[in-house]
Amino acid sequence: MNAIMLMVVGLGGLALGYIFYSRFIAEKIYQLDPDFRTPAHEFKDGVDYVPTNRLVLWGHHFTSVAGAAPIVGPAVAVIWGWGPAFVWVILGTIFFAGIHDFGAIWASTRNKAKSMGALTGDVVSARARSIFMIVIFLVLLMVNAVFAVVISNLLIAYPSAVLAVWGTIIVASIIGVIIYQQYTSLPLVTVVGVLSLYLMVGMGPVVPFEFPEMVGPLSNSATWILILFAYAFIASLLPVWVLLQPRDYINGIQLFIALGVLYGAVLLTGPTVVAPMFNTDVPAGTPSLIPLLFVTIACGAISGFHGLVASGTTSKQINRETDARFVGYFGSVGEGTLALATIIAASAGFATLGDWQAIYTSFGAGGVEAFVAGGARIISQGWGMSEEVAATLLAVMACLFAGTTMDTGIRLQRYIFQEWGQIYNIGWMRRNLPATVLAVGACLLLAFGAGGAEGAGGMLIWPLFGTTNQLLAGLTLLVITVILIHKGRPIIYTLAPLLFLLVMTIFALLVQLRTFFEAGDWFLFAVDVLVLVAAILVALECAASLRRHSAEVRRQS
Amino acid sequence: MPLDRHTIADWLRKATYVAEEVYSAPYRSAIARAKRDEDDLFMLMVFSEMMGVPNPASYYTLELQPLLLERFHDWHKRMGMEHSPLDHFKCC
Repeated sequence: MNAIMLMVVGLGGLALGYIFYSRFIAEKIYQLDPDFRTPAHEFKDGVDYVPTNRLVLWGHHFTSVAGAAPIVGPAVAVIWGWGPAFVWVILGTIFFAGIHDFGAIWASTRNKAKSMGALTGDVVSARARSIFMIVIFLVLLMVNAVFAVVISNLLIAYPSAVLAVWGTIIVASIIGVIIYQQYTSLPLVTVVGVLSLYLMVGMGPVVPFEFPEMVGPLSNSATWILILFAYAFIASLLPVWVLLQPRDYINGIQLFIALGVLYGAVLLTGPTVVAPMFNTDVPAGTPSLIPLLFVTIACGAISGFHGLVASGTTSKQINRETDARFVGYFGSVGEGTLALATIIAASAGFATLGDWQAIYTSFGAGGVEAFVAGGARIISQGWGMSEEVAATLLAVMACLFAGTTMDTGIRLQRYIFQEWGQIYNIGWMRRNLPATVLAVGACLLLAFGAGGAEGAGGMLIWPLFGTTNQLLAGLTLLVITVILIHKGRPIIYTLAPLLFLLVMTIFALLVQLRTFFEAGDWFLFAVDVLVLVAAILVALECAASLRRHSAEVRRQS
Repeated sequence: MPLDRHTIADWLRKATYVAEEVYSAPYRSAIARAKRDEDDLFMLMVFSEMMGVPNPASYYTLELQPLLLERFHDWHKRMGMEHSPLDHFKCC
C-alpha cells in the first residue's frame, strides 16, 4: 500500500473528527457560550490571566503537549503492524484525546481556571486529589527516566546529532539573554536562531561525537544518562528566561518545520508501506497487543499530561469560551498528526520487509530509532538531501523534544517535593537545591534500576509510563464526567473513554506484572505494584464518586 | 493587493506581534513571579529598619519609602501578615 493513502485517510479522519464530532460536543455536551466571561477577562492581571489570540494559544498548547512521547509510543507500537497503531491513534485522537483536552480546558474555564489537581479536590473529593498528586509524581518520575534513556540511545545511535543537540542549548541561552535585555527584535533573532540550528544539523555528520564503549567504569549509555541529568539539574534551577523559554520557542518552530518536511516528502515520493498491517510474526517476548497497545501509545491517542497543561496555563488565557474547541480539540489533532507521521516513517521508510524486521528485533528495540531511520530515508528521497543529514535532523528533533520535557519535568518534580516539604513541615525539603537533588535522584534511580545503563533495557518502563499517563487522563475524565452529571447532560461521551482506559490500564499492569515476575526483574515488579495500587485506587474512586454524585443529583431533583 | 513598502511593514509588524506573543505567553507568569520575589526582597530592605531589623542602608532607603507605599499593603499581605506590622503606619 502507498503511504499517501495512509496519510490521506488518517488526516481526513482527524479533520472529520474536528469538523463534526467536536462541534457536536461543543454544542450539545459542553454547551460553550460565546458570551461567557472567561477567567482571562474576569481576573485579568496581565500576568497569569491574559486574554490571548486563539491561534497563539493553540500554538502554545500544541507545542507544550507534543513532546517526544507521540514519537516514541507509536514507533514502538508499530511492532504489532501499522494497522493497530494507526487505528488507535486516529480513533484515540477523535474520541479520547480531543474530548479529554477540550474538556479539561472547558472544566477549568468554568471553574475560575483552577488546575486539574485543585478541581479534583473540589469537584470529586479530597481523597481523589491525593491520588491525583501520587499519579502525577509517578508520571513525572517515569517521563524523566525514560526520556533520558531515549536521548542517550539516540546520541549513541546517531553521533552526528550530538553537536546540534548540545549546540541548541548554547544558541537558546544566547537568544534568551538577547531578548531579555531587549537588544534586538524577536523576528531577526528567530531567523538567526533557527538557521544556526539547521547549520549545526548540516555540520553534524562532519563532526560526529561518540564516547568509547566504556567510559571508566561506566558504559556509554550510562555516561550520557548521567550527563543528561546533570544538565537537567542545572537547567531546572536556572531562571526560565535563560534557557527554558527560548528553548521551548525554538523547539516549537522546529516542530512545524519538521512536520512540514516529513509530510511533504511523503507526498513527493509516495513510499510503499513495507511493514505488515498485522504483524503475525512478532519477535519472541513481545507482549500481547491487547491491552499493551493502549498503554504503549499514550500521547498521540490520549494522554493525561495534557490535562495539566490545559488546566494550568491554557484555561487562564482563553479569550472566549468557544475558543476551547479550537485550542483543545485541534491541539490534540496536531499531536495526532505527529503520531501519524511517526507511524508512516516507521512503516514506510524501509526498502524491504527484511530491513524493517532487522530494526524491530524485540519489543522496545525499534522505537524512536526506527522513526529516525525510516523518516530519514523518506526525507532524503523526497527532498534530495543526504540520508545522514536527514537522520541527524530527525534525531535532533526527537532529542530536543525529550530534552525540553525533561527540563520541565524535573522542575515540576521539584515543586512536588517542595510542596511535600510544606505539607509535612520539613524545612530543608522546601529549598530549591535539596528538592532538585531529590527529584533528580529519584529519576536516576528509576533510569538505572530499569536497566537504562544497558541501553534499550531502559525502554522496559515505557508501557509503565503510558499506564500512569492513562490513569491521569482517567482522573481528568472523571472530573469532567462528574461536572456533566451535575449539569444533567449526557455522560456517555466521557464515561465510555474513562471505562475503556481503566480496564485497559489495569489489564496491562497485570500482564506486565506477570512478565516482570517471570523475568525476575524485582525492581520493575515493585514499580508495577506501586502503579497497580494507584490504578486500583483510581478505579475505586471513580466507582464511588460516580455513584455518590448521581445519587446526589437524583435527591435534588 | 500591490506589494508596496507599507504592506511589507504591516506584515512585519504582525509577525513581530505574533512572535512576541508566542515567545512570552507561556512564561509570563513564571517571570512575573520571579520578579515579584526580587521586589519583595527589596521591600524588606526598604522597610526593615521600621520593623526593628537593623539595616546599614536605611539612611539611603528612607527616601524610597513614600515611593513604595502603594505596594506596601500587597507586600505585607503576601508575607503572611494580615494587617500592617507597623504600629505607626496603618494601611488597613
